[in-house]
Amino acid sequence: MAIALAQHGWRFRRPSVIPGFGLTFGFSIVYLSLIVLIPLAGVVWRSASLGWPEFWRIASDPRTLGALKMSFGGALAAAAINIVFGTLVAWVLVRYRFPGKRVVDAMVDLPFALPTAVAGIALTTLYAPNGWIGGLVAPLGLKIAYTPLGIIVAMIFIGLPFVVRTVQPVMEEIDREVEEAAATLGARRGQTVLRVILPGLAPAILTGFALAFARAVGEYGSVIFIAGNIPYVSEIAPLLIVIRLEEYNYAAATAIATMMLAISFAMLFAINLIQAWSRRRYGYGS
Amino acid sequence: MAVDQIVLGVQALPRPAVTERRATRIALTIIALLFLAVFLVLPLMIVFLQAFANGVGAYLGALQEPDSVAAIRLTLLVAVIAVPLNLIFGVAAAWAVAKFEFKGKAFLITLIDLPFSVSPVISGLVYVLLFGSQSLLGPWLTAHGIQILFAVPGIVLATIFVTFPFVARELIPLMEDQGAADEEAALSLGASGWQTFMRVTLPNIKWGLLYGVLLCNARAMGEFGAVSVVSGHIRGLTNTMPLQVEILYNEYNFAGAFAVASLLALLALVTLIVKTLLEFRYRDAISGSTGH
Repeated sequence: MAIALAQHGWRFRRPSVIPGFGLTFGFSIVYLSLIVLIPLAGVVWRSASLGWPEFWRIASDPRTLGALKMSFGGALAAAAINIVFGTLVAWVLVRYRFPGKRVVDAMVDLPFALPTAVAGIALTTLYAPNGWIGGLVAPLGLKIAYTPLGIIVAMIFIGLPFVVRTVQPVMEEIDREVEEAAATLGARRGQTVLRVILPGLAPAILTGFALAFARAVGEYGSVIFIAGNIPYVSEIAPLLIVIRLEEYNYAAATAIATMMLAISFAMLFAINLIQAWSRRRYGYGS
Repeated sequence: MAVDQIVLGVQALPRPAVTERRATRIALTIIALLFLAVFLVLPLMIVFLQAFANGVGAYLGALQEPDSVAAIRLTLLVAVIAVPLNLIFGVAAAWAVAKFEFKGKAFLITLIDLPFSVSPVISGLVYVLLFGSQSLLGPWLTAHGIQILFAVPGIVLATIFVTFPFVARELIPLMEDQGAADEEAALSLGASGWQTFMRVTLPNIKWGLLYGVLLCNARAMGEFGAVSVVSGHIRGLTNTMPLQVEILYNEYNFAGAFAVASLLALLALVTLIVKTLLEFRYRDAISGSTGH
């Protein structure tokens, strides 16, 4: 079959002696469609059947807007904090030597491995007014758990490894001779870092930011325990979806989900653009 | 290098500043470690401290609660179904993507990654919309007495959805890196397709495969948001371990919540340790040059 196709112009795949394309490709497509594509299309279809006026009514509901603002605003703040400290952590891990470095390096992946509900109750216990850290800042009049600050703390936790693991490999590949050249040309160390090293890291940092942001926007498990979940104040969009579902208000749940999906896919697209751009510009990407 | 040699010869010249001053280095290291301590180490410590707050006896007692035992069983059952299915898919998808050239390959890879960019709650919602009483399938399922939502099949489906990309995304860069030359050699020597896969491909990818399965399993056992939406929270029947943690915590049974949580934290620690060992020992056999 492949040979017959290959003789004339357009062909779906290049001929190969390796067997199993039909089987593996077919299985992949069927499984992908059944598990991911058809169910996801169902959300979009359901949302489309709402009609524009109904969709707009749900979308412009103050509680919906408040929840979306909390999820996206919190994720933005957390990702911004993460690119500062994530880049610092990557720098310390790549450039410096200290005892226990290998253990610290492995610990960075903890938020990938620790179930979100466990992270949620642990962070809440830690940052509650009677917790170790919450108690430390309580005399300053600062409340972390059960406020938007708590949400940001949880979002920092789950986003951190995305920044570190995106920036770290790029940092390892920096050509030290460029730094030496900057230094011999009279640049102070601070200038070298700011003007020579950071610009080269910018695409990786940006990708890390986008990944941490995208993850934090949809985060549910680690956030709901620490958030306090007060409508209009500290209620995240995924929680509002759950609340609407529990009220059997499928229309509202679907509409909020569709808005989140649209924004998330726009983010995914942006990440791909950044990576394509940085590959062209710097010769490395993901 | 050249600069270093000159500096060695002429002691009076200062070494070019290719690293920070010692004080800066120490300060930056301390800041980074403090940040990691506050955000990663302390939460992990708290889990175990709280779990054992009332002593070992209370800890073991909390784990023997019938509802908690049922939750542990269900979590294991879900992982035993979801992980192998995603393993088979991951290998099949990686074989198709890495060993062949076809149109729309990049798009297919993007689609495989899709579940990672979907909020866990939405991952659960999609199945509620598909199988719920208001859906097209709902009345038919009810008429035939098939229970998917608020039962084990729904939990398994939601878990498969969220852990869908893990194995495939570990294997694709790795197998693309390895190319198809080994397989072509085996085939030209008369091996069948299946023999080629079992004797040539599988040994080449086994560590990367193990790595992907490990991450997939950790997420499958720990998934909360997606499972929470489809489970219905029926105690002793449809509560997985993370859901059991939530219920106990909301009932102010902190010792019980942290006892169950400690098992999940232990799983995370084991996952991290094995992952680190695999990365240390088989770095090249795990990630293709395009992977992390």
